[in-house]
Formats: sequence, C-alpha cells, structure tokens
Amino acid sequence: MSGERRAVVEARGLRLQFGERLLWDDLGFDLREGEFLAVLGPNGTGKTSLVRILLGLLTPSAGSVLVSGREPRLARARVGCVPQQHAFDPDTPLRGCDLVRLGLDGHRWGLGLRSRGADERVRRALVDVGAAGYRDVPVGRLSGGEQQRLRIAQALVSDPALLLADEPLLSLDLASQRTVVDLLDRRRREAGTPVVFVTHDVNPILRVADRVLYLGPGRWAMGAPADVLTTESLSRLYDTPVDVLQVRGRIVVVGTPDDEGVHHHDHAHAGSH
Amino acid sequence: MFTELLGQHFVHTALLAGAVVAVVSGAIGTFVVTRGASFAVHAVSELGFTGAAGALVLGVDPVAGMIAGSLLVGGVLGLLSLRGRERDSAIGAVLAFGLGVGVLFLSLYQGYATEATNLLFGSIVGVSDRQLAVLAVVAVIVVAGIAAAYRPLLFSSIDPEVAEARGVPVRALSVLTFLLLALTTAEAIQVVGVLLVLTLVITPAAAAQRLTANPATAILLSIVIALVATEGGILLSLQQPWPTSFFISAISFAAYLGARMRPWSL
Repeated sequence: MSGERRAVVEARGLRLQFGERLLWDDLGFDLREGEFLAVLGPNGTGKTSLVRILLGLLTPSAGSVLVSGREPRLARARVGCVPQQHAFDPDTPLRGCDLVRLGLDGHRWGLGLRSRGADERVRRALVDVGAAGYRDVPVGRLSGGEQQRLRIAQALVSDPALLLADEPLLSLDLASQRTVVDLLDRRRREAGTPVVFVTHDVNPILRVADRVLYLGPGRWAMGAPADVLTTESLSRLYDTPVDVLQVRGRIVVVGTPDDEGVHHHDHAHAGSH
Repeated sequence: MFTELLGQHFVHTALLAGAVVAVVSGAIGTFVVTRGASFAVHAVSELGFTGAAGALVLGVDPVAGMIAGSLLVGGVLGLLSLRGRERDSAIGAVLAFGLGVGVLFLSLYQGYATEATNLLFGSIVGVSDRQLAVLAVVAVIVVAGIAAAYRPLLFSSIDPEVAEARGVPVRALSVLTFLLLALTTAEAIQVVGVLLVLTLVITPAAAAQRLTANPATAILLSIVIALVATEGGILLSLQQPWPTSFFISAISFAAYLGARMRPWSL
C-alpha cells in the first residue's frame, strides 16, 4: 500500500447510536485505491449500517464521510453493491443479462430501449465474471453461486469507483465463496477499485484482506489482520477474555459473549482451503 | 343472430372497452406479480366496490367512487411498503372491513339491485360511450406512467435492495405501482366486476411469466393473453347467453393452465 494512492473513502469521527445504545464512536479511516477492507464483528454491531452510511442511505449520529470526495448520496452512481445471495422466485421474469443491465441503467427513467453500447457493456461484464453462459437463463433457475457471479457483473457493469459487498458469501458453497472473493480481488488489483467487504466469517477473505475493521459492542479496532485478529486485541474489544486460535490455517474466535461454544465464524466450514 | 349482434353499436363499445381494460391490466399485472402483491389487488378491488357503493348512496357517479376507493387503499398499501406476512395480514384486515362497509352502503342504497350485481360481476355490454371515453383516458395515464418509470419500476419490483443502493426511490415507486394498480382495478371492475378483477390483472401476467423470462416479452404476452380473454369472452357471450365474466375468466384460466404445463423458455 503506497502512500500516494488516492483515498476513495474518507470517514471522520463516525458515531452510530440507536437511542441509548452506542454502537461505535469516533470511527475514522481512509480507504485508498486498490485496498481490500474486511468489516467483521458479531451481529448487531452496525456492519450493514456502515454500508448504508457509505451509500448515503443512513445518516451517522455524528461525523462525516466522503466517497470520491463527495457526499455519499451524490456518489451513489459510482458505487457498486454486491448483496447477500437471496432466492429469486423461479418464475421471476428476468434473465441473467437483464439483472446485469439493471446495474447499468435500472435507475434511469424511461423504457431504456436497446442500445448497442449498453448491450456490449453487459456482454463484457458477463464474460469478465465467467457468466456468459447464463446470459439468457432466468435468474430464478440459477444456483446461489451462479447468481452471485451475476451480482458481481451487475456491480461492475457501471465501472464503479468503490465496491461494497454485504455478506456476499452467505449460503454459498466453498467453491462459490472462493470465486466471489477472487473476482472482487481481481477487480481491485486490475482497476484499483477498493472493496469494503462485510462478513461474519473472516476465513474466506483472510488471504486477500489488507485491513480489518472489527466492530465490537460499543468499540472498534482497525489494522492489519495479523494485528487485529489476536487474543489481546479482541479481548480488549469485547472487554472480556476471548481466545483467537489458529486451527489448520483457519482463525477461530472462542469465548465472545454472543458465542455458542465456538464463534459463528466457523459454522460448518471446517477444513477449507 | 351472432352476425346481427356484431353490427350493433353497444357490441362495438363493449369490444373497445374490453380491449382498453385488457391492455392496462396485462401491463400492470407483471409488476404486481413480481412484487408478490396478488392479494393486494383483491383488496384494492373490494375497496373500489366500497367506494362505488358509497357513491350510489350519495347519488354520485359510482365510477368516481370506485376510483376514489381504489386510489385510497392503493396509496395506503404503497406507502406502508409492507412485505411478507405482515402485508398479508394487514391487507386481510383492511379488505374485510372495507367489504363490510360496502355491504352497509348497499343496504342503505334504495336503487336497483342490478347496480350492485353489476359492480360485483361486471357489465361490459352496458358500457356507454362516455364511460368508454373515461376508460380510455385512464388507460392512457396508466400506460404512460408505466412507460415513464419502466426501468426503475422493474428494478424496485424484482431487486429492491440493490435498487435502493443505486439511488432508485423504492418507496415512491411502491406508491406509484399501487396507484397505477388502483386505476387499473377501477377499470377492470367495469368489465369483469369486483370479484373477478384478478382474472385480468393477475392470471395473464402469471401465465406470461411461466412462458418467458424476458421482462418486456412477459409484459407483451400478458397483454395479449388479457386481450384474447376479454375479446373472446365478449364474443362467446354473444353466442351463448352466459355471463361475460365467466367466459373471460375461463379463457384466462385456460391460458394459465396451458402455461403451467409447458416448460419455460420462449
């Protein structure tokens, strides 16, 4: 990470508070071109709220954030979003190419009649993520992994300056998880588009994350994965002794307050990479 | 006898009115079905009935009352933007009460009972030239609304989370969908009646979506199915004096069954 890279996200003094409940305070960071930031933490610590703040859909209780030097609301057109996989109804009248096309001009008024340029951009986006084969397949007939490839194409087709992925690996098999991470990783390396990746399981992204933002109850910690994901750092964050274990190259957090034995980082995914 | 009827002015008016209603119903249906809002159609329609019954009591034009009732409940449903079970139960509650009020209005109304029957089951052959003009104007409004907002309507109906992230005004479009639906419903009531609105607004769109995954083709197919059902239903009822609504719903349902039995792709 060289110092000259342009900051795409500039967050200063962010506070998130719901009524009496303070989720985090004085959260500040720069996200520079080409960076991969993993946002971790247990449920209810405002991971998705951070994404919504970056999209200008939620106003922080205090502090400010700029995306590409502008108010998030005004920068939305330059942000690509990869959501959590969810099942489409099998009869949903939408093909693979239609889903990607919505990412290009679905927010514009009017019928959006066919145009050569748009068709070509959609085609290229599909090819880039290896989804050219599902161009004409109804989205409701695709597997979760195939749908997430389309989601990435949908996010990339508008050539975004920032990528936000909110739990994109949820309910995917390991091979599809790997594909999704690799595609986002490739984009930030080739085009310099920084990635904010919200996940409750750190392991699938450990090999690509430059930095980790760990949101805890009322606190946060940020830094290189090796510095944040330690017994000392997370015990301080949770304000209770927790253990960070390395098991066969995977990280397991044990003893967090919302824990049921083993932290949900690891459910049913033992023995991956 | 049949050819004689075909020369009659009231038959031409009925066929034109049926065509107008089929086009708007088939078009809006696609957005309603993808939102999973079929039940809402029924609520909007029954509140249209309540509005019309109220208008009869007050001695004003029942069509105006119908449009007012549909728009009111459509606007409220759109604003609430409820999803899943919460929406289902809220609609059920509103629908039941609205229908109860409609029953009260009907009992207060001292006029002809046929007015009530026409509202519930449709009276396509009784459409006047003036009514046809109103139908056409409302239809132009609905079609223009759909065309102007086509892309964000589709985006927010099928993929609301990402649409919101892209800056699509999801809530406003939900209101717009339900207002357009309300206008469409008020139109369809005049042809097939309150109880059979679903046969024009939901069935053709559901059938079309079994046949194609291309959204534009789905809308066009839905319109075609609705057109065949209404025009076919009117023509059949000229030959065989059974209710037009029966024939329309039978053709519409046949198209749906056919679409279900056929594997997708077109």
